[in-house]
Amino acid sequence: MCIGIPGQIVALHEQQPDHAWAEVCGMRREVNIALVCEGKRELLIGCWVLIHVGFALSKLDEQEAQETLAALHEMEEVEADVALFLGRGEVR
Amino acid sequence: MRFVDEFRDPKLAKTLIERLYQRAAQLPYTAEKPMQIMEVCGGHTHAIFKFGLDKLLPPQLEFIHGPGCPVCVLPMGRIDACCEIAAHPEVIFCTFGDALRVPGKQGSLQQARERGADVRVVYSPLDALKLARENSQRSVVFFALGFETTLPVTAVTLQQARREGLSNFSVFCQHISLMPTLRSLLLQDDVRIDAFLAPGHVSMVIGTAPYHFINQQFGKPLVISGFEPLDMLQSVLMLVEQVCEASCKTENQYRRVVPQEGNLLAQEAMRDVFVLAGSSEWRGLGLIEHSGISLSPAYTVFDAERRFQPQVQSVADDPRARCGEVLTGRCKPHQCPLFGTGCTPHNAFGALMVSSEGACAAWYQYRHQETEQQDRQRRVAG
Repeated sequence: MCIGIPGQIVALHEQQPDHAWAEVCGMRREVNIALVCEGKRELLIGCWVLIHVGFALSKLDEQEAQETLAALHEMEEVEADVALFLGRGEVR
Repeated sequence: MRFVDEFRDPKLAKTLIERLYQRAAQLPYTAEKPMQIMEVCGGHTHAIFKFGLDKLLPPQLEFIHGPGCPVCVLPMGRIDACCEIAAHPEVIFCTFGDALRVPGKQGSLQQARERGADVRVVYSPLDALKLARENSQRSVVFFALGFETTLPVTAVTLQQARREGLSNFSVFCQHISLMPTLRSLLLQDDVRIDAFLAPGHVSMVIGTAPYHFINQQFGKPLVISGFEPLDMLQSVLMLVEQVCEASCKTENQYRRVVPQEGNLLAQEAMRDVFVLAGSSEWRGLGLIEHSGISLSPAYTVFDAERRFQPQVQSVADDPRARCGEVLTGRCKPHQCPLFGTGCTPHNAFGALMVSSEGACAAWYQYRHQETEQQDRQRRVAG
């Protein structure tokens, strides 16, 4: 029920100031941007947002996404080292 | 899809699981008495079953599927009231698809439609608003349902309706607040919850602060989690690390979506349109104080219940169904006597079987064959 789908704002709606067009999985969808638009609405173009029942509810933070993934990759490297140290990994 | 596929990397998942096994071995929990982690979002429940995450956990850890699906806790009497309103000939009754098949005492909205009511499935409340504009001779009612994720969406829709002066639009308000329910669960004597996976999308609206009482008053660790397998495994690891380090706090794994303060615009819209309205009935859990939400005085003109005055219905849950026990982690879905026989996704008896996010429907979809196989093996062995 609380499902959210990431989409990228690609254009603003010409007639409705609270609406924009977002690209979701290659399809253009109309979304309401009233809850993510704090300044000029033009600034939203190119932003990734999380869409719930036709409303953008959060601006996705790309840097945070990268940091989460980086932390996981780092863990992977550490695990590989530990495995090697414990003799479980293959030494090439 | 960006922001999705990266968080499904099987290699990274394997690393996380290895780390989980190492750390779980240091926990004061065992396979017989595992650390019980309650998720309270239907999206999490569905992901756990879809990706088989529960099977990847070390034996010292176990998921309990809490009351995280608003459709699953919908009381029968509320569905009956919806059907009564939908039966008015001038009404176009709009609902999210999830609620269409939830059974009331007098049947579901789908059955009301079969009897001739004009019940339509909408993707967004804005679709209902559009129907109201296009059908000025009809009365359009939107079934507003859900937790804090959906509350601001209804709020913005009503603000728009008010600006436009749409007098033929109203909402049947079945919004509920998650936090009082978590408190009520923690106050029960025989529910053993050791930690919480908190719902990512409710949190993007309310932020992280409302969870602090769970740490401070009840001493339970909590991590706000995303919905992809890596998100959820990492969140479980963060919970395990907290227990290993004897700390207890609210952490945010889903920082790419959830800002610490939540969505301030959404909170403002909610304050404008809604007020907390005492207790609310939850199917399977009974009355929960302070969890009900109704329209603020400025918006009561849009209240479908005021407009149509349906009979107040209070319908007791069938004693054979164990929905409430499943919701509180006391019973697994397949241990209910109705599971798979009197209650299936096609002919649901309890609401946990209706929505794909309900623990019973997820179990039926992803685990039923396996359960049957185990039963057969047990019979053969016996």
